[in-house]
Amino acid sequence: MSIEDRIASDQPDSFAFSKDNEAEIKRIIAKYPKGRQASAVMPLLDLAQRQHENWIPMKAIELIAAKLDMAEIRVLEVATFYTMFNLKPVGKYFLQACTTTPCWLRGSDEMMRAIKDRYQISSGQTSACGRFSLLEVECLGACVNAPILQVNDDFYEDLDYQSTGALLDSLEADAPLAVGSVLGRSGSEAAAGATTLAAGKPAKATKKRSAANA
Amino acid sequence: MLNDADRIFTNIYGWGDAGLKGAKARGDWDKTAKLLALGHDEIVERMKASGLRGRGGAGFPTGLKWSFMPKEVKDRPHYLVVNADESEPGTCKDRDIIRHEPHKLLEGCVVAGFAMRAHAAYIYIRGEFVNEARRLQAAIDEAYDAGLLGKDAAKSGWAFDIYLHRGAGAYICGEETALLESLEGRKGQPRLKPPFPAGVGLYGCPTTVNNVESIAVAPTILRRGADWFAGLGKENNTGTKLFCISGHVNSPCNVEEEMGIPLRELLEKHAGGVRGGWDNLLAVIPGGSSTPLMPKDVCADITMDFDALRNAGTGLGTAGIIVMDKSTDVVKAISRLSYFYKHESCGQCTPCREGTGWMWRMMERLVRGEAESHEIDTLEQVTRQIEGHTICALGDAAAWPIQGLIKHFRPEIERRIAARHAVDAVNAAE
Amino acid sequence: MPKLTVNDVEVEVEDGSTVLHACEAAGVEIPRFCYHDRLSIAGNCRMCLVDMERAPKPIASCAMPAGDGMVIRTDTDRVKKAREGVMEFLLINHPLDCPICDQGGECDLQDQAMGYGLDGSRFSENKRAVDNKHMGPLISTVMTRCIHCTRCVRFATEVAGVPELGAIGRGESMEITTYLEKTLASELSANVIDLCPVGALTSRPYAFAARPWELNKVETIDVMDALGSNIRVDARGAQVMRVLPRLNEDINEEWISDKTRYAIDGLRRQRLDKPYARGRDGRLHPVSWDEALKSLASALRKAKPNMIGAIAGNQADAESLYALKSLMTRLGSPNLDCRQDGAKIGGNRAGYLFNSTIAGIDDADAVLIIGSNPRIEAAVLNARIRRNWLSSRMPVGVVGPKVDLTYDADFLGQDPAILDALADGSHKFAAKLKKAKKPMIIIGMGALARADGAAMLGKARQIAEGYGVVTKEWNGFNVLHNAAARVGGLDLGFLPARGGMDIAAMGKAAMAGKLDLLWLLGADEIDFEPFASSFVVYQGHHGDAGAHHADLVLPGAAYTEKDGIYVNTEGRVQYATRAAFPPGDAREDWTIIRAVSGAVGKSIGFDTLAELREALCAEYPHFADADEIAPAKWASFGGRAKLSAEPVGQAFDNFYMTCAISRASETMAECVRASSADHGAAVAAE
Repeated sequence: MSIEDRIASDQPDSFAFSKDNEAEIKRIIAKYPKGRQASAVMPLLDLAQRQHENWIPMKAIELIAAKLDMAEIRVLEVATFYTMFNLKPVGKYFLQACTTTPCWLRGSDEMMRAIKDRYQISSGQTSACGRFSLLEVECLGACVNAPILQVNDDFYEDLDYQSTGALLDSLEADAPLAVGSVLGRSGSEAAAGATTLAAGKPAKATKKRSAANA
Repeated sequence: MLNDADRIFTNIYGWGDAGLKGAKARGDWDKTAKLLALGHDEIVERMKASGLRGRGGAGFPTGLKWSFMPKEVKDRPHYLVVNADESEPGTCKDRDIIRHEPHKLLEGCVVAGFAMRAHAAYIYIRGEFVNEARRLQAAIDEAYDAGLLGKDAAKSGWAFDIYLHRGAGAYICGEETALLESLEGRKGQPRLKPPFPAGVGLYGCPTTVNNVESIAVAPTILRRGADWFAGLGKENNTGTKLFCISGHVNSPCNVEEEMGIPLRELLEKHAGGVRGGWDNLLAVIPGGSSTPLMPKDVCADITMDFDALRNAGTGLGTAGIIVMDKSTDVVKAISRLSYFYKHESCGQCTPCREGTGWMWRMMERLVRGEAESHEIDTLEQVTRQIEGHTICALGDAAAWPIQGLIKHFRPEIERRIAARHAVDAVNAAE
Repeated sequence: MPKLTVNDVEVEVEDGSTVLHACEAAGVEIPRFCYHDRLSIAGNCRMCLVDMERAPKPIASCAMPAGDGMVIRTDTDRVKKAREGVMEFLLINHPLDCPICDQGGECDLQDQAMGYGLDGSRFSENKRAVDNKHMGPLISTVMTRCIHCTRCVRFATEVAGVPELGAIGRGESMEITTYLEKTLASELSANVIDLCPVGALTSRPYAFAARPWELNKVETIDVMDALGSNIRVDARGAQVMRVLPRLNEDINEEWISDKTRYAIDGLRRQRLDKPYARGRDGRLHPVSWDEALKSLASALRKAKPNMIGAIAGNQADAESLYALKSLMTRLGSPNLDCRQDGAKIGGNRAGYLFNSTIAGIDDADAVLIIGSNPRIEAAVLNARIRRNWLSSRMPVGVVGPKVDLTYDADFLGQDPAILDALADGSHKFAAKLKKAKKPMIIIGMGALARADGAAMLGKARQIAEGYGVVTKEWNGFNVLHNAAARVGGLDLGFLPARGGMDIAAMGKAAMAGKLDLLWLLGADEIDFEPFASSFVVYQGHHGDAGAHHADLVLPGAAYTEKDGIYVNTEGRVQYATRAAFPPGDAREDWTIIRAVSGAVGKSIGFDTLAELREALCAEYPHFADADEIAPAKWASFGGRAKLSAEPVGQAFDNFYMTCAISRASETMAECVRASSADHGAAVAAE
């Protein structure tokens, strides 16, 4: 793989953090002991990515290196080691489909098929309209709610072919479905009804959204 | 079955308020200062007495691990680092603690941090848990506002800070020294040991890295007593545990149960049983993807604890149970895990970097039967060439699932090879 | 001092040793790829696994501290299997292109595969292919061969101090590269070629030029700077094919600078291979040796003795310096100088040596650098300063231009008045010198090669004496030279004799028409203008500035083409050995001087090199002691005059081109282009 394969061929001429992010950077660096500002490299790459349409240009790498007194190659190492850093543009809706064994056992192939049928894209590609990018990812850590499709920051769970289609419909309309299980279960409770903690169970548990999903 | 009264995580499904008010109502942060008043060493002793074994996969006694920290703080500060990089396929328990019981984790940090004479904890949460990180940060902010964290944490007189640090997509950062490297702003490549983190850890300082669940249960153990916890489960495998049940069951779920619960009881009581009934069971991966699978006959009587599973040639790991029914292409299921390990290998050391890719490619051919039968032995030998020869345990974790597959499903692999050869022969004849 | 047992042999090793060291001490060879004595421990190749009693699995011996009572075995079946396994893993994705690989014949992977590997491959998948990376004009890459040992990354980061190499990506797609494939901006960059255990990083200028077994290998001494780095020159016939470092713990350890390694293509270009004389048309025409000698003899006879001068260049061997000095003495001329740059040094030896020795840098705990940029003037020495700084964070102060030295330094400014303030203790860096137990001063030609150089030297001595730089056990007063010939020339007194003129005075005399003849012994770096009306004889090996200004050109031998003695900046005497013959009619330099002395009828009394050396050593005994440093007694030296206001500089700016050889080198020219291209890009980005 050459560097050209790893990074966008079209790079902006400059990059600067927004005023708000500059303030945020100060807060982030303050979390770490003095002289250990390199610890902030991942948070800063994340900030840059969020500010720059979900991908990181090389100018941002260089800026972060300068800010944290790191060699540029060290920042590039980090940016290419962790899979969540995008060094190339992605669509507005970045679909990260988990296909690791627990999701695969629960039908991630069907979820993938729903996406492919609609946009004729495979992993690593962006739809013709430019708004949807697909990436097959490894275990997202929500296995009892498999299969999972992460759309930007949000997990959509318990998907099948049909519900994936419905989710895509909602994204196309820029009115995303409620985050979480498309079956409406709360967190990782059993879909058929939890078998424990009966006393704490709300009246309509299956309709309630978990706190993180709210 | 465990009584609800003995369950630690009473809001694990997020039915109630995950915030401070709800947490306090469930008993969290209740006279935390009194727990700290026990003293550093007494807390460690009680944790030892509880028999709690690390919930992150290796099952190392938590109290003992804490006791490795220097008894005196010298020129270098001590650190507690919480491993919330939950990424082991089949495992999703820490996620629920973080989003539904964050205060248990935070209070646990104060207690554990105090016990090891640390004034700061870093919680390293996997990058994909964006919403969970937001929830946890909100809880941290709440705790600071309520004086539970900061200069005089929970009015204990002990200063304690908690910082949240997000990862960015690397399973290997669940390995404790890779996590420390990552936290220091580098690639997540495991360190050579010795030195161990208790001597030279984060920023070169004494550090203990614990799993979220291990830390989150600590306050309850101290409140209810080591005896209470030790009285649950089995000897050397005490207490309660969050189990994640995924795959081919009727109702996948997380559930807190007693250590040592029979697997079959766990699946049938809480997860609606195996899809199509017990007889439709093919195999179970009992403790996250790196533990070797067990075929149905082993599953029938096995109990879910460290020792029983180790004796069965597998492990409790993270207690992420992946159930496969008879419709499963078991070779493909394991091959998919091989891909996972290849994808997650950090690339640092030779056997893992080169071996994981080789194993996966062989596995892919075995899925299709495009191999010679002696290659099953080659693959087996390659797993042995990786196992025990790498810097960290990822190499072992990549080797074990394949070893389990070959041990229990060799006839299935051979059948595919034979079938493929038969097809090839017909094609050649035409 | 832990005692441990290796294969039943008991060994005792130094504290801080590893199991690998213990195995070596027990005479047991441990295969390795990533481990290197001078780099941090990576433990990533896993080739050095051994068995340790009570350990459930084999341990990486390179990373395991040796502990008292350890029982190590390297001869078990498990160790054998582990090595075979690692070898197989390293080879599955390694191309089998040894026949076209420049590393062939000197490849660790080849050798260890023979020793520890299996005879076949069980790998039936496709091999990985990796795109090659640009790293500049010196390093050729075939990255498919890379085994990810990270030696190169660690060298660049730790030793060279340019953290520009890294491994991007992860897992099997991990790749070694510089940031966006920029040129590796280090004067020591090509050492990664030696460190690379496979053929991933090979020498670009030497690509496909020769196989190791067809080369004649000669151990000798480098002259590209004043360190006297120990080198091996590999030649095929008359052609020097490559230069490699040779281990010398006291000087260059096992590194050499890129100039030392790669200026050698300059040996093939612009060579003076026959004598030339300037004709009536004002041009140089080839002449025979006979004609040349006759013409020079007659010019010498015609010239008044005190109107003859001789200036020696930076790479002259001690023998030719001695021969020329002898001839000048016989001719009755006192006008000699070996300081092309006009440096105000000479006399007391402690006043012009790197007294602490190069290895002494390891012991320093504070350094004051005056008028020098050691990174480019002595790149290998600079790496030693960096190593000390890395482990000790000792304070480094610099009076001179602000440059990147690869370690943190306080740049105190360029005003000479700072030296006064340091001397009287009013400067704040003085406190750091005072606190130090073994403070060091490094003064370079940026301070000494100027009109007030003597005062500079005196001021530096004053500082040294005021801050404990010189004590009974420690002499941290160091002059850093950049000319290989300089200390030798000063030692044997290639300096104005009583009533003689130095280079500046010779220039003045020449302008006044009072210098009839000037003999340049390889001197190309002087201002030639004043000598326009003198009869200029250039003796040397390249058609560089000296030859251009000469009336008579005598073709000599370059450093690889003659046996010769050099004295390095520490005062260490080293004997260089001929690796090839000079081209055409060119001759070893002392023989030329010997021939002239015959022609002019002023015999200098030796007919062989052995006789010359005998005479030299009789007069200056320390030249007989190869590899030794004759102790220099501390004494008063330097001037007391007021320092001028002229800013303190450094000896030179362009690392790559400092002598006739490196100026003729196409490779060095490419390095200049590459560094200015990357530098230009960086400037544009700012």
